[in-house]
Amino acid sequence: MVHNRPSKTLVSAGVLVYLFLYIPLAVVVIFSFNDSKLNAEWVGFTWKWYEKLIHNENILRAAGNSLIIAIISAAMATVLGTLAGLAIHRGRQKWLPALVLGPIAMPDILIGVSLLLMFILLNVSLGSVSIILAHVSFCIGFVALAVQSRLAGMDQSLIEAARDLGASPWQSFRLISLPLLMPGIIAGALMAFTLSIDDFVITFFTAGVGSSTLPLEIYSMVKIAVTPEVNAVSTLLMLVTLTLITVLSKISPTVLRQ
Amino acid sequence: MNRAERLRNHLMALPPALYLLLFFAVPSVMMLFASFRYPGEYGGLAPWYYIEDGQLSLDFTLENWLRLFESGIYLGLLFKSLGYALLTTLICTIMAYPLALMIARSQKRFRDLLLLLVILPFWSNFLVRIYAWMIIFSPQGALTIGLNHVTGALGLEPISLMFSSTAVITCLVYVHLPFMILPLYANLEKHDNRLLDAAQDLGANRFQCFWLITWPQSLPGIYAGAILVFIPSLGIFAIPDLLGGTNGIMIGNVIKQQFVESRDWPFGSVLSLVLTGITLLLVLLAAKLGKTGGANSGT
Amino acid sequence: MLEINAVSRSFGDFVALDNVSLHIQAGEFFTLLGPSGCGKTTLLRLIAGFDQADSGQILLDGKSLCALPPELRPVHTVFQSYALFPHMTVAENIAFPLRMAKMSKSEIAHRVAEVLDDVRLPDKANHCPDALSGGQKQRIAIARALVNRPRLLLLDEPLSALDAKLREQMQIELINLQKEVGITFVYVTHDQGEALALSHRIAVMNKGEISQIDEPSVLYSYPDNRFVADFIGQCNILDAKVVSSDAQKVSIAVAGLGELTATANPEITFNSGDSCALTLRPEKIRLAATLEAGSDEVLFSGKVHDMLYLGDVTVYIIELANGVLIEAMLANDAPGRTRLFDTGDAVQIAWRIDAGHLVP
Repeated sequence: MVHNRPSKTLVSAGVLVYLFLYIPLAVVVIFSFNDSKLNAEWVGFTWKWYEKLIHNENILRAAGNSLIIAIISAAMATVLGTLAGLAIHRGRQKWLPALVLGPIAMPDILIGVSLLLMFILLNVSLGSVSIILAHVSFCIGFVALAVQSRLAGMDQSLIEAARDLGASPWQSFRLISLPLLMPGIIAGALMAFTLSIDDFVITFFTAGVGSSTLPLEIYSMVKIAVTPEVNAVSTLLMLVTLTLITVLSKISPTVLRQ
Repeated sequence: MNRAERLRNHLMALPPALYLLLFFAVPSVMMLFASFRYPGEYGGLAPWYYIEDGQLSLDFTLENWLRLFESGIYLGLLFKSLGYALLTTLICTIMAYPLALMIARSQKRFRDLLLLLVILPFWSNFLVRIYAWMIIFSPQGALTIGLNHVTGALGLEPISLMFSSTAVITCLVYVHLPFMILPLYANLEKHDNRLLDAAQDLGANRFQCFWLITWPQSLPGIYAGAILVFIPSLGIFAIPDLLGGTNGIMIGNVIKQQFVESRDWPFGSVLSLVLTGITLLLVLLAAKLGKTGGANSGT
Repeated sequence: MLEINAVSRSFGDFVALDNVSLHIQAGEFFTLLGPSGCGKTTLLRLIAGFDQADSGQILLDGKSLCALPPELRPVHTVFQSYALFPHMTVAENIAFPLRMAKMSKSEIAHRVAEVLDDVRLPDKANHCPDALSGGQKQRIAIARALVNRPRLLLLDEPLSALDAKLREQMQIELINLQKEVGITFVYVTHDQGEALALSHRIAVMNKGEISQIDEPSVLYSYPDNRFVADFIGQCNILDAKVVSSDAQKVSIAVAGLGELTATANPEITFNSGDSCALTLRPEKIRLAATLEAGSDEVLFSGKVHDMLYLGDVTVYIIELANGVLIEAMLANDAPGRTRLFDTGDAVQIAWRIDAGHLVP
């Protein structure tokens, strides 16, 4: 019975790790309201970094770009990833899991540079299109995983029951499988969207001169100097992901754990 | 009917398979080719064949691969990166274990919330998480100033946290910690608490309970987490780029440099392929450990 | 009505069904009984169309089913897990096969209401399956499989998820339901008690083959082989050798007991010298401190080796001369506390010659 509760030492160690996880983010948020150009000392409260932000054309354009890229990438990855998840679940193609999950297992930089190499050699101009093509390739696997885990948890006899009661393969897919898979598909789509809008490394290699996304913009700002404007963007970005997470956890709490 | 079903299966796999063949497998193969070619005059690649006196000649070379072994710099950097990744994995394990255990032993109704608190920071933008440490480690930051008061009082040289390997590893740990906590928790949560009761009943003390019962059963979780931490840590370039300065660079920075700045693609390809090889080896090892480890623990 | 002719099915090296043939009559409650892995579920899946036989034929009303996908077979299944669609209400679940058959909305509503009445759950129409108890899910699953009036209803261990009390109640309901609707039931179970209670006829299966097909009482009293004798009910099985045989009686020598007489199924011929086994049900053995053997009885003396008090009956393990152990059963039918024998007590046992049944 002793083991059903964490000991005091364990709880204090756990709290320390939580602090390690949250203090850096808290620092970013707090200094976004600080009336000083330096992220060093608390001077006073201000909204001015946010005001500056909404007048920063580059950031706004990059944010818009990110949004469009993420929506298109997520849509494409959802369709392809759902098909992949279904195919992997049936297990006819032994090589398919390696192909679908490969991009997840590889370090981002390898996907980035190999795509850069191919795009240049095949004369694909770098820009929003090449970014989307790259994002889809690593998002497919995540959608496939979400769909597949849903399939694995599904009673196989449901499909057999539908066929048994007179449904054709297509009818049993449309009336039984699809509605039951929907939470997994939606969770996969949201995950693909978040991964795409958040991606820096792969975008870094596949973006052209003209096209920028929010993470790329943040990178160039940070490279030059640490300014509270970056804190303000970061804080807003956290707010957006927080909202997405809330939606995601409402739809399918289990998917988050992957 | 069977044939129709098989056809349906293949048709379903076709679109994602084609897509990933084109945008994952083909680029990898092209990279393999590129590693045997000469760099172009203005970056990129030189033609892989030339025609002289109406004769076709192929122009491949082993030079790029030899360069890796001739100059100790790159191998040294590779080992240093492996060391960084290993250290990151170790620290992550040490930090993740108490937290994962704490969540696994909390009451059921709190577990989801505690778990969400682990995942939440991980969903904030990657660059934002690096940026946070740039603020903390900045020379004007409270941490550096405070530390230098201490070193000053002890009569030591003032230290700089920014642009150091300490900064790089701290941030590597910060970014990858959830990847260790989650699989470890998933493993620990499945443990049967009655085993601990039984061990205690049979005379084991708290430490023995942990060391003889919990720890061996949790190894599959640690292996899974270690792979998820080690592989991305090894290939990272943004963290050393922003926090490492010249001393803290890793293999990822050199790859980026070859492709973006010095534009020596063949050599960049060689380095990427080495990284790919290491990754593949680790994934295979993990698959093997996962199988045997899983069978032993029975979870 | 359903003919299964020489059907075989293997999965890799594992032979799930080996040349199985059987005929099921219209209106019959027919049970496939056997331990897990005996092939009964494989056979059910072949009939339903979820799997294809490697060889052999399955005919329904004289027409081959083999080329038909499951949705075109007039055969419906009640699944072990019930397989109720979780995203549909009870009424929608029951309406599913009618919708697939493109029935009109009003006809569907009428039929659903009717069948919900039949299974006595008219007020659950708009509930979700998850909100139902195990017994209710069971009834809905049966209602859904029956609503479109299939030629054949397949039931795959439908009662295995229910607790003992509920199972007995559902058994009675199943028997009555089958009588009412008159549809042929093919029932799969590993529970011999359930099979005996429900079925008109039972096919006992073992290792992909059919061991015996018979009515429950025949199966119990006159098993064809050791497997059936052992699998159904409690049974003493004693190794023996045939000494001589005529039409009714076989004379055998049982190790340790000497020569005695037993009966056998007339279809099975025993030649002298064959090895065989004497099967003897514990409840058919008389047991007392001293016994007077009748002319058609055999009698042995021994002592109580072990005993198990089970409430309604007590099982005694009797050790005869030469160490032969025989299990006998006494009903504790006297009012008050029955006097029991104790371990070590000297007792006598006797059984009628026709209670001793011989199997090869």
